[in-house]
Amino acid sequence: MSVIASDAVIKKEAGFEPLIVAFCCNWCSYAGADLAGTSRLNYPANIKIIRVPCSCRVNANFVLRAFQRGADGVIIAGCHPGDCHYMTGNYYTRRRMSLLKNLLEFIGIEEARFKIDWISASEGNKFAEVMNDVLAKVHQLGPNRKLRDSRWRR
Amino acid sequence: MQRVGVFICWCGTNISSTVNIEQVVAALENIPGVVYIKDYQYMCSEIGQNLVKDAIKEQNINRVVVASCSPRMHEATFRKAAAAAGLNPYLVEIANIREHCSWVHKDKEAATQKAISLTRAAVAKAILNEQLIPGEVGVEKRALVIGGGIAGIQTALDIAEAGYQVDLVEKTPSIGGKMAQLDKTFPTLDCSACILTPKMVDLALNSKINLYSYSEVTEVNGFVGNFEVTINQKARSIEMEKCTGCGICLAKCPAKKALSEFEEGLAKRAAIYTPFPQAVPNVPVIDRETCIKFVTGKCGLCAKLCPTGAIDYEQKDQIVNQKYGVIIVATGYDLINLDRFGEYQYLDHPDIITGLEFERLVNAAGPTGGKLVRPSDQKQPKKVVFIQCVGSRDKSERGKAYCSKICCMYTAKHAMLLRDKYPDCEAYVFYIDVRTAGKGFEEFQRRAVENYGVNYIKGMVGKIFPGDNQLQVNGVDALSGELLQLEADLVVLAAATQAKPEADEVARMLSISIDRDRFFTEAHPKLRPVETHCAGIYLAGACQGPKDIPETVAQASAAATKAIGVLSKNKLVNNPCVAKVEQAVCSGCLACIKICPYEAITEQVIEEKTRGKVRLRRVAEVNETLCQGCGGCTVACRPGAIDLKGFSNQQILAEVDAICR
Repeated sequence: MSVIASDAVIKKEAGFEPLIVAFCCNWCSYAGADLAGTSRLNYPANIKIIRVPCSCRVNANFVLRAFQRGADGVIIAGCHPGDCHYMTGNYYTRRRMSLLKNLLEFIGIEEARFKIDWISASEGNKFAEVMNDVLAKVHQLGPNRKLRDSRWRR
Repeated sequence: MQRVGVFICWCGTNISSTVNIEQVVAALENIPGVVYIKDYQYMCSEIGQNLVKDAIKEQNINRVVVASCSPRMHEATFRKAAAAAGLNPYLVEIANIREHCSWVHKDKEAATQKAISLTRAAVAKAILNEQLIPGEVGVEKRALVIGGGIAGIQTALDIAEAGYQVDLVEKTPSIGGKMAQLDKTFPTLDCSACILTPKMVDLALNSKINLYSYSEVTEVNGFVGNFEVTINQKARSIEMEKCTGCGICLAKCPAKKALSEFEEGLAKRAAIYTPFPQAVPNVPVIDRETCIKFVTGKCGLCAKLCPTGAIDYEQKDQIVNQKYGVIIVATGYDLINLDRFGEYQYLDHPDIITGLEFERLVNAAGPTGGKLVRPSDQKQPKKVVFIQCVGSRDKSERGKAYCSKICCMYTAKHAMLLRDKYPDCEAYVFYIDVRTAGKGFEEFQRRAVENYGVNYIKGMVGKIFPGDNQLQVNGVDALSGELLQLEADLVVLAAATQAKPEADEVARMLSISIDRDRFFTEAHPKLRPVETHCAGIYLAGACQGPKDIPETVAQASAAATKAIGVLSKNKLVNNPCVAKVEQAVCSGCLACIKICPYEAITEQVIEEKTRGKVRLRRVAEVNETLCQGCGGCTVACRPGAIDLKGFSNQQILAEVDAICR
């Protein structure tokens, strides 16, 4: 029984399509993603973007919920330090999310699954690069099983 | 009960060629709450907008989801359409399936699945959308223009013309900028000073315009309609009201060793100086670094000579605080630093000069009185080589990848002026391409070649070897493949233009963005070329990208028009997506107050009845006109009493759930 089950898991992992949720601030990173679009750059469809007014709007809850619901990676992207549209928002993000990163590592979530980066409105290239980079790393790590809600099925 | 209407745009084929629209429609049909789905080729067109309006009226839908391009593009369009049909505009939600989906993915199946997922998330959010009513805020009817070049001057004059107060802040002692340094302007060859100085005088005499010269903006707070700005007026060491501009002090000052910034270092100036004779304001300034009085304490000649006693060595910087409704940034450009272009020997030889230095050398008001002579020996050159694209269109680290736009034309102008004044002097131009897009530009450049006999050589210069008397220019004629050696008397480098070194600081201060070349970014490259992403801040001139004078003036007037649009309103509509406090849940810890960068949260004491007794309790309160809606406080709130309207916790979690289904 268990042998069959693990076979199924292996098969599933071979066709593993990670799901990555990206929280992007409206002023820089969301615009950077738009620029990636208008420049017709390429990044995989596994990344799904949620728009927030500022990266500091992202509550640790949102990240945990994404992992719990089966996301394999989470990205938070905001303006470069010093360039925040709301003056200081991304500094809060930096502090809060460093703490969360430590916590996630402590409970056994691989570091590469949670990425915080600064992408400005002019960095369409960087946006695509960061997305590709995170995806490649998550691909190597395989599906997120640690934090996934046991009721969750994909 | 929420009745959601979903409108899917094909965007011609921009979306529909990658995303299978039929499949998206089919997938959405099963989502609870979605009662109406419509797809159309161009949802933003009038017909498309009418589909939305009709559905609101006829299908009774009360939430609208448009799956189309970025909300930064058309959110406002669809909100307006919804409002026209009687629906609160904030019940509209956009799913970005163009920039974030069809344009970045090639795999059709994956793109279609992602489009479904994004639209589902938008539906989940829209269901939780609430009606929002924006507040209103007053407008300070005064404009701030940063930078006093031709862009700033034109903007200030246009805004003043419309009847509004304008303050212009210029860093240097006089307005005029780069244009004041130029000799003639292309393609008409009219004298730059003759067309600029009348404008400078107009500005000085205009009662609506207040000029802060030798001043810098040091701090900007607030938002559209209500910017709070701090200006530092640097100490001129001259009392402006007393000075008559007689010029005795300039003539008698014994410290005449400093290089004149205005003359591009080709001449010396006194420690007390006006940059140029037509300066506005025509009041000198003391350069405290070179003034003998400030350096050694012994001199004070100017104070003794001044007939009105205007010299004040004790003067201090003055801080001005002022409120503005709008800000126009017109900080201009600089030429790049040529120290990393060793092959051109710019730093090592005085006869290798930049285009801007050439302007001063041929200018009748310049250091040589308009006589073109070599800086090294004051002799008239017989052969001049012009090199274009020095640093422009250069992808290496030392150069700039972009085209500086003005060099082809000003080089043609320089060569023409040269041949006109000194017909026996030969002119050679090395170029990569000659770019003459502009009214009358091509004809102008052809005239240089055909009528003035300027020799154009397609190719680059490898190296310049300074000889005893002449400069040996080694280049290649790319058309014939021939290696060339020219013995030149003078070499003029068309150095690339670049953003001002202070651009980063200005951008940070104003919270506007800069691009990779450090030019300020416009809100939309085509449709909003003078606005920034920060409402109420506009761009004019070369601080946004390389530009010639007519383009700069056009953009300056456009920026002024946008600014007047704001100033003419008595009230501005606020962003209703602001924080709100659930006071019943608030514990009164006030952690949020420390977080808020706008001081929008204050302490409030409320009365509460518990068990028949009235108690006073401390809670937080949000001032909706000050709150800008960043949402930072929502995360800091320990009991979770603060939420952000339009981006509530529930809404974002619903989006997460919908995406991770």
